[in-house]
Amino acid sequence: MTVRTPMTLSAVEAGAGLRAALSRPPAEVVDQMVASGMRGRGGAGFPTGLKWRLAAEADAPDGRRYVVCNADEGEPGTFKDRVLLAKHADLVLEGMTIAGYAIGAREGLLYLRAEYVYLRDSLLDSLRERREQGLLGREVAPGFDFDIRVHMGAGAYVCGEESALLESLEGRRGEPRDRPPYPVVRGLHGAPTVVNNVETFAWATAVLARGPEWFASIGTHRSTGPKLLSVSGDVARPGVYEFPLGVPIAEVLRAAGGTDAKAVVVGGAAGSCVPASEFGRTVSYEDVATGGAFIVLGPDRDLIDVAENVAEFFADESCGQCAPCRLGTVALLDGVRRLRAGNCTPDDVARLRRLGATMRLTSKCGLGQSSPNVFLSLLEHFPADMRVPVGTGGE
Amino acid sequence: MLTPPVADLALVADLDALLAEHGADRSALLPVLAGLRRRHGEISDAAMQLVAARLGIPPVEVLGVVTFYSFLRGGSARHVVRVCRTLACELAGAPDVWARLEREVGAPAGEATSDGAVVVERVHCIGRCDHAPALLVDDRALDDVTPADAAALVASLRGEARPT
Repeated sequence: MTVRTPMTLSAVEAGAGLRAALSRPPAEVVDQMVASGMRGRGGAGFPTGLKWRLAAEADAPDGRRYVVCNADEGEPGTFKDRVLLAKHADLVLEGMTIAGYAIGAREGLLYLRAEYVYLRDSLLDSLRERREQGLLGREVAPGFDFDIRVHMGAGAYVCGEESALLESLEGRRGEPRDRPPYPVVRGLHGAPTVVNNVETFAWATAVLARGPEWFASIGTHRSTGPKLLSVSGDVARPGVYEFPLGVPIAEVLRAAGGTDAKAVVVGGAAGSCVPASEFGRTVSYEDVATGGAFIVLGPDRDLIDVAENVAEFFADESCGQCAPCRLGTVALLDGVRRLRAGNCTPDDVARLRRLGATMRLTSKCGLGQSSPNVFLSLLEHFPADMRVPVGTGGE
Repeated sequence: MLTPPVADLALVADLDALLAEHGADRSALLPVLAGLRRRHGEISDAAMQLVAARLGIPPVEVLGVVTFYSFLRGGSARHVVRVCRTLACELAGAPDVWARLEREVGAPAGEATSDGAVVVERVHCIGRCDHAPALLVDDRALDDVTPADAAALVASLRGEARPT
């Protein structure tokens, strides 16, 4: 495992966060999460404390609520959750337990992508140890029972979308649901459900262990706390890095040994391609928001290869449920191939741009909405690499 | 509900065990199918009908799930080698690894070798971009793979039994 910068998480003592949580009423645990300012670490960036509060306050007709850990880490270029589950599983499981206490759930599910099945046995060992220590199971605290199961995925990128993940947990095709209602109101089996990313749960444990003021003192005003970044591609030292949010892209590249980069795909296939001229921009919700994937592209790369690889990815991974995504991803792939072959007129390029904008607006879920991002950012910043015919005006 | 004709008693026994482990309701469908796929290879029509009958759902729903998830489809070979084709691995030389694998295996992507030992697939990001190019051999990950590693891998898999 490669962890390249000292991780704050390594210094968080197992058990401290849960003890701190159980020493106060559940509503105060939610308040602490709100006070930390933490936003979800999976990429969408929804405020974690607010999500917990909504789930805690939602009407649960049969009294059941669920905590779900999204360990379906399928975004290309992202592997920090794999490293967390291998090295710091206790903090993740503890964060789930804290969430269960905060919202009044008795059951947690960790949805682990099929590609990470080699992590399953060690997770089951951690769960067993936590039960033996009384940190899971009956009476974790007076009146609070909570246990966690590991549920294996079966290979579908779209299941990283939270409502598709819930469908999959219920034994169905992973097709996203209409939202609203959001999972916090009607989630797993119709019950209020908190779905958080692996990293979010780990940091929640740290927030409870060290206090929300500590967390909020790191990062920027709107983007609090540290963030794990998965850095790969044309760098000397690929791996997982921890930085405070607000870190400039250039600083991440310096740490990883990729300062000569031509561009970075930030956020994976669903992210965007940031050119070297913008490496002063920061990783934060107010600037370049990301789940933490950095795929670095060296000076000699022909970026139409990136466009085609990403377009192939989405054409394969679209679940096929809604037309803008099902048809649009294939049309974009065709467009990239025609650009490469020199078969695009300026009008064709304008049409591809409009198609991308339509997909962003009209696709049902985040997969389709984000699928044109890399393509559009490459058209904007690297028209020569993209073989955009001269004379094309931007729209 | 139709009771499918079932000749495969081992399948029935394994299904019973999986239902006992994961519960006999709809939310057990994925783990049950994954278990059958692991022990028996390709999930047959008869197996899908049997699962449907046990869970009280229409067979077409089971078919819909099997065809949706890449780890439930296929399965005619004893070993599956999944080569990552996504950006970080492609940048690091996955196409060369893939070309060598295809030559060693002598069967197109998704088709088992004639001896039934290996099937190779090109898959999307397996989350090991820090060790690109990477691949999965059944349940294990193989990091920083060279074309020579890929060739050696195929040779060794031809002599190995299905993982349990």
